[in-house]
Amino acid sequence: MGPLQTSRLALRALLRNKLRSFLTALGIIIGVAAVIAMVAIGEGARSQVEETFAAMGTNLLIVMPGSNSSGGARGGFGTQPTLTWDDLKAIQTEASLVSGAAPTLRMNGQVQSDEQNWGTSIQGTTPNYFEIRRWPTALGAPMSDSDLDSGAKVMWLGATVAEKLFGPGSDPLGQAVRVKGVPFVVAGVLTKKGQSPMGQDYDDTVFIPTSTFKARLSPGLGTFLSGVIFVQVRTGEDTARAQRQVTSLLRDRHRLGQGAEDDFSIRNLAEVASAQQQGADTLSALLASIAAVSLLVGGIGIMNIMLVSVTERTREIGIRMAVGATPGQILAQFLVEALVLAIVGGLVGVGLGLFAAQQLSVQFGWPLLVRADIVALATGFSGLVGVGFGLYPALKASRMDPITALRFE
Amino acid sequence: MTAVVALEGITRVFSLGDVEVHALRGVSLTVERGEFVAIMGSSGSGKSTLMNVVGCLDRPTAGRYLLDGQDVSKQSRAQLARTRNKTIGFVFQSFNLLARTSALENVELPLLYSGVGTKERKARATAALQRVGLGERLDHLPNQLSGGQQQRVAIARALVTKPSLLLADEPTGALDTKTSEEVMTLLTGLEDITVVLVTHEHDVAAWAQRVVTLRDGKILSDKRQTPLRLDPNRQEA
Ligand SMILES: Nc1ncnc2c1ncn2[C@@H]1O[C@H](COP(=O)(O)OP(=O)(O)OP(=O)(O)O)[C@@H](O)[C@H]1O
Ligand SMILES: [Mg+2]
Repeated sequence: MGPLQTSRLALRALLRNKLRSFLTALGIIIGVAAVIAMVAIGEGARSQVEETFAAMGTNLLIVMPGSNSSGGARGGFGTQPTLTWDDLKAIQTEASLVSGAAPTLRMNGQVQSDEQNWGTSIQGTTPNYFEIRRWPTALGAPMSDSDLDSGAKVMWLGATVAEKLFGPGSDPLGQAVRVKGVPFVVAGVLTKKGQSPMGQDYDDTVFIPTSTFKARLSPGLGTFLSGVIFVQVRTGEDTARAQRQVTSLLRDRHRLGQGAEDDFSIRNLAEVASAQQQGADTLSALLASIAAVSLLVGGIGIMNIMLVSVTERTREIGIRMAVGATPGQILAQFLVEALVLAIVGGLVGVGLGLFAAQQLSVQFGWPLLVRADIVALATGFSGLVGVGFGLYPALKASRMDPITALRFE
Repeated sequence: MTAVVALEGITRVFSLGDVEVHALRGVSLTVERGEFVAIMGSSGSGKSTLMNVVGCLDRPTAGRYLLDGQDVSKQSRAQLARTRNKTIGFVFQSFNLLARTSALENVELPLLYSGVGTKERKARATAALQRVGLGERLDHLPNQLSGGQQQRVAIARALVTKPSLLLADEPTGALDTKTSEEVMTLLTGLEDITVVLVTHEHDVAAWAQRVVTLRDGKILSDKRQTPLRLDPNRQEA
């Protein structure tokens, strides 16, 4: 009897008892679906993290006034200013691992178009800020050195602000926007940047030159830079070394002795990113192992029901043996039955898992992440489970004594 | 011509812990090709045990068994299975058809295990069912058939491999008198086949050419007789 015939025989036996077959396969269906959905969740979380950090840029350091312990890390509001404009210049020129540095002065306030009014954060910065953040304009020209030198009353809108003030898809170039009664001309609209890892909208902001910021909105504190400095490191791998370089440079300049605490703090986004990534990886591993356990339980379910089925079908086995089925043919039939249940269950599980993953990705706004290797692995594993847990019941069936089996009631 | 069944000093001992049950105590029996033999004896005399040994479902404890001239007393379980498949057809008291399986598929079963292709299998199974008068019932399930019809399906299944030996252990035990007669007419009407049949009923044994009686695992008597069907007077009565 060939493998094809054996399969057909097994299939017929399974179809003869559809409900039992379905219940047996259910364990595997749920197990495989769980593996695929869980891994998709894990991957989704990881990609979410990756995406937000890619938007931020990982070769970025943010230098803030105030020590870590005094709460300076919150972003520089309400802290004693300790960074100077000369510090900025020193970072730009003296730190060899740094390719650029830009200040941002920040205040919260109302911005007004002719029709609308919106509370947002107003930032004063320099042209290279947009290069450091890799944040080009979608409309209009980028900020230029002459805008900075002349202290022009020009403004670049974040995508959210542009939408709030002028409506979606509109062209606000050349329009007037007032801040504290000062009229600015919209010179550009920035591309959409999305959300920060903490869920803050990067696009809910407007930019103006630092010179204009100091002259028109907030005069500042002379030599002190009342804001933060964005530092771009030449290559991503050097981020940690660049952080040490900038730290020692600033400690020197601030004449901090041995043992004195930093009067500034530097946030290294790569570190935050990798911590979050690790969190996502742990979540992935946890979910995957839960799912693997459920697949194992599904396998034990197959074994359980196959054992019951072998006992229940003792007489059938006796009949098959009486008409000439060899122990090997009986073994093959039951093994193939288990295998078919496991593989069909596995495939249905894959379908269900993909559906669940798709629903979840819609729910959480993740990209649909189904790893082909996981799908193959889950299906392969369920086949293995079928053989592994089907073997014992099948052996039991093949070793039956035909006479006893025929007498079984 | 070699005998279909040649038993020499067959014994079969079942050990139940320290108790030994001697079900067969030295049975020697020869059945020639084309014979129709009835085996009788009281309950527990060893009839079924003898049938199981002859049918290669069981192996004797001692003795020699030549089936179609071939020694099968030392064959492995797999070899015995193949021997059963090729040379023996069984008919049981309780029919032993696969439930939820059509008459045709039940009859196809032995051919499936000998590796006959789908087309030929269907054709031969159909022919066997036609031979037992069930050509119209191919797709019926066992629970849609009467007892007599189920036993005829079982007979078709036993005959479909063209075995040299047909073994029937109380084939009429679960049937009424009229249906029993139908089944016996069918069994005695078969050509080119040797039949060994176990029965309790003298009415059934009367159809055989030879009656072997067992007692306590031994042959008590072995008599030839004129079978019922060859007696036109009794058939009309
Ligand atoms: N598997 C077994 N284990 C132990 N003893 C057995 C076994 N099979 C049969 N025997 C014993 O062997 C003896 C013969 O049994 P067997 O079934 O051959 O009798 P029988 O002539 O067919 O009886 P009946 O007419 O009731 O069917 C009995 O004493 C029985 O108890
Ligand atoms: Mg008996």
